[in-house]
Amino acid sequence: MGYALNFNLIWRHFDKLWGGLLLSLELAVISIAIGIVIGLLLAVWYVSAGRMVRAGIAAYVEFIRNVPLILLVYLVFYGLPTVVDIAYSAQTSFIATLSLYSGAYLVEVFRSGLEAVPRGQIDAGKAIGLTPWQRLIHVRLPTMLRITLPALSNTFISLFKDTSVASVISVPELTYGAQWINFNTFRIVEVYLVVTAMYLLTGYALLFALRLVERRFRAAR
Amino acid sequence: MLGQILYALPFLAQGFALTLWVSLLVVVLSLIAGVLMGVGLVYGPVPLRWAVRIFSDTIRGIPILVLIFFVYYGLPAVGVHLQSFWAAVLALTLFKTAQVVEYLRGAVASIPKGQSEAAMAIGLTFRQRLAYVIFPQAFRRFLPPWINGVTDAVKGSALVSLLGITDLMQAINQVIGRTYEAMPLYIFGALVYFAVNYALSLASRRLERRFSFIRE
Repeated sequence: MGYALNFNLIWRHFDKLWGGLLLSLELAVISIAIGIVIGLLLAVWYVSAGRMVRAGIAAYVEFIRNVPLILLVYLVFYGLPTVVDIAYSAQTSFIATLSLYSGAYLVEVFRSGLEAVPRGQIDAGKAIGLTPWQRLIHVRLPTMLRITLPALSNTFISLFKDTSVASVISVPELTYGAQWINFNTFRIVEVYLVVTAMYLLTGYALLFALRLVERRFRAAR
Repeated sequence: MLGQILYALPFLAQGFALTLWVSLLVVVLSLIAGVLMGVGLVYGPVPLRWAVRIFSDTIRGIPILVLIFFVYYGLPAVGVHLQSFWAAVLALTLFKTAQVVEYLRGAVASIPKGQSEAAMAIGLTFRQRLAYVIFPQAFRRFLPPWINGVTDAVKGSALVSLLGITDLMQAINQVIGRTYEAMPLYIFGALVYFAVNYALSLASRRLERRFSFIRE
């Protein structure tokens, strides 16, 4: 062995890790927010649309779910600007990728959530004279959101971990910070121990907090 | 544009073969390790249960990328020297093993307690109970999510490109470095990964439907 742990250099550069963690969280929050919008719109469209639209939405979902995230990140950052005339930063590019990525997972979540809304609630909405649009806004979506809350928090935590892939296009999030310290100080074991602890603590703290939120808003039985 | 892909096809095929080889190794090794640890988690003594629980929750709580870097850069630092290929396989296997543990736990937990009690009542030993009563039934619960989870191994294997291993992902990046045809090559790569993973998830769904007649 002969490897003596020495955390001094890690603490000296801890701002890299702390800033990285905050950026990871920021990337995850922005991406899931956009992902929720994509997921909601497509799920509502899916359940009311014809065969062509359904096939299109299913193709988007299946494509994203079956391709490695790293390839999607490369495709959007290095590939897309070669065919369309737009310029964006690595961070914007990653947020766009992760939003599309989470959107694909959330369409599925919301679609099955909409199907799980009890028939009786929709009928009750009809009975009191709500229009289809009012039924969607006041009856189906609120109930669906309560049903899908656990799946939503799982998606968020998994997105938080997926932000580590942003390091491959040099977005200075937590994994990038770890790489930086790794290459500049060679305190390899220490930095990955600290970063592992940071991902675990943050992940489980989020899980705990989100479970509390879920309990507050749990669908009535 | 297509000419570039055709010209690079043998090279890309080599990368693809490596992607499949890494995935296969990871899937087989993690199946063995995961089932053993899963049995330990469900039936083992308390310290073993705790050890497996901590292992699984830790591995599943960190990004695969961090796990890969930790194993790849960390092992030599503590005096273990593996080729980068095997470091990558080890890291991905750890990640997959934690998944297999959870699939197995879920599958075994779905078997009603009465089954195991009945097997005990007719005098089967622990091994016989597992082999003749629990596993045959749990298998049908285990298989669909497990096959679906193989796609995670294939997708995760794309990360080994970061260790300089020439898998499909890395082969694509190298061809792009030479031809600057980024978009067609990334789309080509995406379609290859998609074909493999979509076939796997279709198989998983079909199996799930086939086993759906079972009521407990």
